[in-house]
Amino acid sequence: MELNGAQIVIQSLKDEGVEYIFGYPGGAVLHLYDALFQQDDVKHILVRHEQGATHAADGYARATGKPGVVLVTSGPGATNAVTGIATAYMDSIPMVVISGQVPSPVIGSDAFQEVDMVGITRPCVKHNFLVKDVTKLAETLKKAFYIATTGRPGPVVVDIPKDITDPKIKIPYKYPKKVSIRSYNPAVLGHKGQIKKAVDLLLTAQKPIIYSGGGVILGEADKELIEFAQVLGFPITNTLMGLGAYPATDKQFVGMLGMHGTYEANMAMHDSDVIIAIGARFDDRVTGKLDQFCPHAQIIHIDVDPASISKTVKVAIPIVGEVKPVLEQMLEMLRESKKKPSKKALESWWNQIEQWRAIKCMEYDRGSELIKPQYVIEQLYDITKGEAYITSDVGQHQMWAAQYYPFNKPRHWINSGGLGTMGFGLPAAIGVKLAFPDSEVACVTGDGSIQMCIQELSTALQYNAPVKIINLNNSYLGMVRQWQEFSYQSRYSHSYMDTIPDFVKLAEAYGHVGIRISKPEEVRPALEQAFALKNRTVFLDILTDRTENVYPMIEAGKAHNDMTLRVANGTSTDRELA
Amino acid sequence: MRHIISILIENESGALSRVAGLFSARGYNIESLTVAPTEDPSLSRMTLVTSGSDDIIEQITKQLNKLIDVVKLIDLADSVYIERELMMVKIRTSEQSREEIRGMADIFRGKIIDVTPSTYVVESSSARPVNWMPLSRLSTAIALSKLFAPDRPVFQEAKKDCICKLKVKGERLKAKKQCSFALCPLPFALCPLPN
Repeated sequence: MELNGAQIVIQSLKDEGVEYIFGYPGGAVLHLYDALFQQDDVKHILVRHEQGATHAADGYARATGKPGVVLVTSGPGATNAVTGIATAYMDSIPMVVISGQVPSPVIGSDAFQEVDMVGITRPCVKHNFLVKDVTKLAETLKKAFYIATTGRPGPVVVDIPKDITDPKIKIPYKYPKKVSIRSYNPAVLGHKGQIKKAVDLLLTAQKPIIYSGGGVILGEADKELIEFAQVLGFPITNTLMGLGAYPATDKQFVGMLGMHGTYEANMAMHDSDVIIAIGARFDDRVTGKLDQFCPHAQIIHIDVDPASISKTVKVAIPIVGEVKPVLEQMLEMLRESKKKPSKKALESWWNQIEQWRAIKCMEYDRGSELIKPQYVIEQLYDITKGEAYITSDVGQHQMWAAQYYPFNKPRHWINSGGLGTMGFGLPAAIGVKLAFPDSEVACVTGDGSIQMCIQELSTALQYNAPVKIINLNNSYLGMVRQWQEFSYQSRYSHSYMDTIPDFVKLAEAYGHVGIRISKPEEVRPALEQAFALKNRTVFLDILTDRTENVYPMIEAGKAHNDMTLRVANGTSTDRELA
Repeated sequence: MRHIISILIENESGALSRVAGLFSARGYNIESLTVAPTEDPSLSRMTLVTSGSDDIIEQITKQLNKLIDVVKLIDLADSVYIERELMMVKIRTSEQSREEIRGMADIFRGKIIDVTPSTYVVESSSARPVNWMPLSRLSTAIALSKLFAPDRPVFQEAKKDCICKLKVKGERLKAKKQCSFALCPLPFALCPLPN
């Protein structure tokens, strides 16, 4: 088959099984868009801003496990995509970004819409390529998909100069079935000796805890994780990125850990003697103050990326490998082992945890006359029966969604954890809805975040991706305001916008349904109404209690056992373990 | 501690910037870096000198290994290795000083490899530290530039660009109490340059 460069790109995507490509045309990618026009297999989603393209592809990837694919033009198209690429990079999301580049002969001459995309993205991609030869195009794309999806996944940029996609130059096309890269051989299986040591340590633990992260979801190891936790009977906590890997309604689940984690999860981490970290990377929002992090614990760490191990926290037993096979290996050893975890020790450990649980750190004022954001999330959970895909932006609403919507299935909680990108939620929700048109998709957002990518409301209409936008509107950049209240004596410096748009009219202007509510008793009916409108995007503008804060909280620079909890009258206090 | 890390890397454009970028992005020290293609032209050998605590060196080697283009990485501190430095110094000469410089070069087994009416280029190679100091002590000798050439089996490093930099940046240095080049063995008081 003889194809030109542009056709090769599109045909390669087809051969890779790509369903959707999120993009925005421009000069350097006109040949590609022409090739795209002449086929129907790869569906193109025209976004309204390239950042939206990357987030939508990212949401699609997080929900499906398949790589998200983005197509942008050179220069501003490429730079607009950078935030989304960095977002995917920080959360290890498989993504292939094809960016147009000015023609090879003028590269480096400051040509119109030229930027050094390979240079700009280098620190925020897993790898990137500049294609210099049309005969290498198919192979490069195969490599890009291979690198993006294997090992620790991540975004890969393929920068293609315009002359490489020239329709006049045709060459024989063959998409490689397999590709091998001599310098890239990610570990799969864990080291047997290390796994044995880990199992031995786990079986002697008195106060163990399982700390699992996004790696379990990326590695499709949720079933193994559940079995592992249940065989051992250990308490388990998930990171923000790991929510859903273990059913949140299960008794062994002690909640999320970290800065806004539960009291029981953080206290259990702090007091534990053995921690097994599974696909989690000891992020600073999880560890709090590093030199007081889990002072009594010996740590086992399973991660596919050796660079994640002992990066910030020293571990006793590192295991490099994919989470799924390593857990399978561990389960097999556990089954064969005659030793069992000490029942007595576990019993007293669980007693202790139950005492922490009894503090009910997530309680809030349910009698308020104002809408409490936590209540909205609880009702959202109830109405969607916990089955919806929830995307979120970044801020207080993100934490409330993570805290009050118990995720029982992986890939249903979609948020920007590592980079903390405001504007992520709406485009991501569109990506998810396209992947699962029959599922409910809700975007939990705030009045600050939603305005960062609100133009994608237009995309949702064009491609019939009806999502429900739950806007927890407190007329503040809430998380910033909360930190200013706690750490800057309530000097609310620029965390307030004087002119928030009328979101109802805005939604209507974009062709959607807008609903505004301000009383607690309106929450449930409004949600019911929104979800009853199956084929419409509904923007629920919910005016919430403006002073509400996210609790519990480990303030910056504090340790796990030094949490700020809510007290009954609504103000906070430092509470140490008695 | 000082570590010499030897990397076999795909000989592709951008490979060097991936390595250099990693160091700046993660705030690691890089003291010197040399790159040259190997006998297999698809591969380059990169030899870099860095320093840091054991934890940092561990992260550096892991992060470098993580780069897709890196084929193999060896921390030479873990093995026996030979380290040599090659230096070429261009020295401005006058009628009176030419004899003295030739004598000095002989004493320190330097070779004069290029001559013009007003300059010599002296080549010197040795295990570290390279004996460049005597040259600099010559009242009339001022190094103008320093070139170095990498070679694979012989590790060499480039960290003696102090002389030329001192000349170039002489003014700025006057204000300081000691040489701003961390690796310069000279305290400011012994600086050979007029100040």
